[in-house]
Amino acid sequence: MKPRFLTLAAALLGASVLALGAADARPLKWARSGDALTLDPHGQNEGPTTALNQHIYEGLTERDHTGKLGPLLATSWRVLPNDPTTWEFKLQSGIKFHDGAPFTADDVVFSYERAMQPTSDFKGYLSSVEKVSKVDDLTVHIKTKGPNPLLVNNTESIRILSKAWAEKNNAVKAQDFKNKEENFAVRNANGTGPFILVSRETDVKTVMKRNDGYWNKAKVPLEVTELTFVPIKQDATRVAALLSGEVDFVQDVPVQDIARLKSAPKMRVTSGAENRTIFFGMDVASADLKGDDVQGKNPFADKRVRQALNMAINRGAIQRVVMRGESVPTGIIMPPFVNGWTKELDAAPATDVAKAKALLAEAGYPNGFSTTLHCPNDRYVNDEGICQAAVGMFGQIGVKVNLVSQSKSIHFTLIQKNPPETEFYLVGWGVPTYDSDYIFSFMYHSRTGSRGSWNATGYKDAEIDSMIQSLSQEIDIAKRDATISKIWTKLKDETIYLPIHHQALSYAMNSSLDIPVDVANSPKLKMVSFKGS
Amino acid sequence: MFAFILRRLFQSLIVMLSVALIAFAMFRFVGDPVNQIVSIDTPQAQVAEIRRSLGLDDPFLVQFARYIWNAARLEFGVSYQFRLPVISLLGERAPATLELALMSALFSLVVGIPMGVYTALKRESWLAKVFQAVSLIGISLPTFLIGILLIYLFSVTLGVLPSFGRGEVVRLGSWWTTGLLTVSGLKALVLPSITLGLFQMTLIMRLVRAEMLEVLRADYIKFARARGLKTRAVHFGHALKNTLVPVITIAGLQLGSIIAFAIITETVFQWPGMGQLFLRSVQNVDIPIMAAYLMLISFLFVTINLAVDLLYAAVDPRLRATVGAH
Repeated sequence: MKPRFLTLAAALLGASVLALGAADARPLKWARSGDALTLDPHGQNEGPTTALNQHIYEGLTERDHTGKLGPLLATSWRVLPNDPTTWEFKLQSGIKFHDGAPFTADDVVFSYERAMQPTSDFKGYLSSVEKVSKVDDLTVHIKTKGPNPLLVNNTESIRILSKAWAEKNNAVKAQDFKNKEENFAVRNANGTGPFILVSRETDVKTVMKRNDGYWNKAKVPLEVTELTFVPIKQDATRVAALLSGEVDFVQDVPVQDIARLKSAPKMRVTSGAENRTIFFGMDVASADLKGDDVQGKNPFADKRVRQALNMAINRGAIQRVVMRGESVPTGIIMPPFVNGWTKELDAAPATDVAKAKALLAEAGYPNGFSTTLHCPNDRYVNDEGICQAAVGMFGQIGVKVNLVSQSKSIHFTLIQKNPPETEFYLVGWGVPTYDSDYIFSFMYHSRTGSRGSWNATGYKDAEIDSMIQSLSQEIDIAKRDATISKIWTKLKDETIYLPIHHQALSYAMNSSLDIPVDVANSPKLKMVSFKGS
Repeated sequence: MFAFILRRLFQSLIVMLSVALIAFAMFRFVGDPVNQIVSIDTPQAQVAEIRRSLGLDDPFLVQFARYIWNAARLEFGVSYQFRLPVISLLGERAPATLELALMSALFSLVVGIPMGVYTALKRESWLAKVFQAVSLIGISLPTFLIGILLIYLFSVTLGVLPSFGRGEVVRLGSWWTTGLLTVSGLKALVLPSITLGLFQMTLIMRLVRAEMLEVLRADYIKFARARGLKTRAVHFGHALKNTLVPVITIAGLQLGSIIAFAIITETVFQWPGMGQLFLRSVQNVDIPIMAAYLMLISFLFVTINLAVDLLYAAVDPRLRATVGAH
């Protein structure tokens, strides 16, 4: 009798102490439009998937909500002074996986090799890597095929899982769609992160509990006791769930609801620029276009025509009317946090219909011409609206544009086909490496080898190509930055693309929260602290 | 009789094959699935390799034949997007859809029949006129709008019912989950069931009303009244009973369409059912899921129709006679 009473008393005491100590800790329900596709940290390189997985798995480094790179599982890193092709990472000691196993260099080597397998969706980040090896329990060397001064930028995306756990559960390979067997890591997880997976129902909810033994507890608030992630596809339902208090934090806030949510009691909306720029591309290389009414000539091949179109776009009006203020107009296809960005490059030409018309006449099209514009209608914020507005603006200078809007799954095929099946198109581009090289390699380099796969413009300049190639070998950062600046200056003058704006993001939440917009749209909820109610 | 069943079965098979063929032909226009599989910076060579390994480069008929051959062995492949077997994805979501469909069918019957009877018996009363007006709304307002209106009224303004999801579910057996055994599960069922069942309810109400008016004019009702039976007995013992035969037939047939049209309701309420999965697979060009779902729905309709046909043949000797005379 007595012992039982004592236990009860102790339990009560414990509970009250816990309640006192955790005055500001509470559960958080988080909703966005799509669910993660898998929990496998190397299975799918897709926004919602990595945004969820980062709460369970961690990389050697991490980026804060402004995109700044900092240490995480690795405490420091450097290129070996005597060998420019080898990076050395020193690991944090005393870290444990959720199942209690210690974190060591073996897990890092294993995870990097797993991410480099053909079935991994993250192999692109590690294409320059030749070998990853363990030096001692807390030191790892990554050897690259040539000098790669920017390798550390990619380590944020490669998340580390436990080697012993993966081997025990037959999850050594990254998830493969050709494989008929379900990989254990698809629905189960064992990382070092701030939250531990409790349950997962695809498309319904994913519940995680706070990792009370989190190694980095001293540096983050970690006030969320239980994190529940729910996908709610319908915009109206998602907003209703926030208003009715069923969820606390919502991503993918529809632009038309932002004003209303801002004025609603006990609601907060945060906004900021996203790591993504929206722009038009056009075929500048073909001898003749198929979709236009000019015979035997390609109007887009003339720089004056491209400049005229660039001048015809009223970016302020698109921002005001189409985006309801939720965008940052720009004159370059590079988000502001990317290495190489400058204010001068970002400046867009002033809208000038008269001058644009004059340029067109000078180029030999006094009466304009007609062409076809391809646009996605389910990929970017109000993508179809942007195209409709632009069509009207091009019309003002006499360029009659026939608009074709279709689903992203069809649209992007047109761009990626070789040769491309579109001569004028809208596309958006984010820069996960935060370096200009990523934009150059995909958007400006001619379509050869692994480069230029998204350059559907046909733009090809041997000098630019060789400068782009030199970037991945140059270890002198100052010299490299000078090359980047040189490339941008030339490209901006060439006007290969017509930049519209940097996409802005908004998060809505109840007023006890204040979650800043994350430039990668991947909010870090270990940073949440509650502000009383 | 045996020949009749055989012929019906054969016809059903043809229907299913045609559905599969049409569906397969449509898939060519929904976009390139490989784009959804690979990341944005995958090299072209690798994209081509994946396309080849999935058999997407084969001629249309080869792809179709392969699909039918696999489907006949209940092999529906692996979802491109989730990388899980389609069968288990659909199986996981079937209980949610079936439960929702059942509850809306129940709602439409339990509410629709009394409303129909009432409007038939008291045609001139103001309540009957209200019912008629409600039924007009039910027929004319799109499901989507009804769902959103209900959410704003009951979830946001009154805060009494959840706006999304299934609430807490209880696992029964190895794969069935039910929301009928928990308070939150039942609460979560209310709004979606009404949204999905409203159209069927108005249909049944109007059907009952029309049938009832018809029956009330019949001779045997007049005789019943003449014999001095109580009004109650005449209305419910004789008239309603005779009204229900066509109502039950329609309700049975409608069950198929409730399941098939749950897509919109499921999307509005984030209901984790098969319809939502289908919609998502259309957006992501997840052909294995789309194909399996369409086959499943056509199978459902074909089965219900077959059952109805067979039942009619069993019940109605005239039908058997005509069949035999062919």
